[in-house]
Amino acid sequence: MPSHVLLVEDSPGYVRLTEEAFREVDASIQLHVVSDGVEAMEFLRREGRHALAPRPDITLLDLNMPKMDGCEVLALIKQDERLRMIPAIILTTSESDADIMKSYHLHANCYLSRPLEFDDLRTLVKSLVDFWLTKAKLPQNNARLLQAAAYKRMSESERNLVRREGRT
Amino acid sequence: MKVLEGDDMPLQVLLVEDSPGDVRLTQEAFREANISIRLHVATDGAEAITFLKREGPHVHAPRPDLILLDLNLPKMDGREVLAQIKEDEDLKTIPTVILTTSEAEADIAKSYQLQANCYLCKPVQLDAFENLVKSINDFWLVKAKLPLQVSANAT
Repeated sequence: MPSHVLLVEDSPGYVRLTEEAFREVDASIQLHVVSDGVEAMEFLRREGRHALAPRPDITLLDLNMPKMDGCEVLALIKQDERLRMIPAIILTTSESDADIMKSYHLHANCYLSRPLEFDDLRTLVKSLVDFWLTKAKLPQNNARLLQAAAYKRMSESERNLVRREGRT
Repeated sequence: MKVLEGDDMPLQVLLVEDSPGDVRLTQEAFREANISIRLHVATDGAEAITFLKREGPHVHAPRPDLILLDLNLPKMDGREVLAQIKEDEDLKTIPTVILTTSEAEADIAKSYQLQANCYLCKPVQLDAFENLVKSINDFWLVKAKLPLQVSANAT
């Protein structure tokens, strides 16, 4: 069963770079992208066009976004009994101490500052994948265990279909 | 521009662990991974809280940059320590990583529910353990941005 990562990022340039970094580090990871906070909540709550969205293993969250800002998204995630168990990692260009403090105060699991150079970003993504998706123990939910069992029984073409649907 | 003294100060890590063997292993692994950190040890949950609140013998204790917390501890259970840290306005910003032998799904879920920053299982093999400490050092003490140390009179 591939890992699912939700990236909440409004800058198309950063999205492209992050997608590329993930592809180079581990192409099996399913990176889902939403471009604002409102859509992030829809994805996590599986509402509207995200009704079939998978539950992400981790969420990467930018702070400065249109519609609903990253701190607000973070607060909503961490107030929700169910969603708070998904590690929320801040990935932002801001290195301001106030942003770092506020994020941990709102129970961000971790705060990372986004490097400008692609090579540095790839190194960071590698550490992130190694630490959060390999070493750390993440909570399972029953739905995910069932999904994993169903996924094992699927043919390759069915799996491709699931991957495509998961990406919408 | 203010020059931050914090950059030159060694990072402070609080290890809450009751097994002397695991304490020694962690100390040695950190010495290999990062010589410049200060590792403080509390051997039960009650002492961890005393250290964090700077009470009794720990009145001069530094504020840790990172807490490594075992779950099964004497006097006060790790889950109770975690709950107290994450409910405290001042202490909740300190990243708290669970480091335990338990792989029970219930412990993992409960810890994230209580706002643990991360959950790690202690490997039994020695080199795997050293490797994990290296990863903790690399990810949390090098890559992650931690809250800036502020003086205790902020409240």
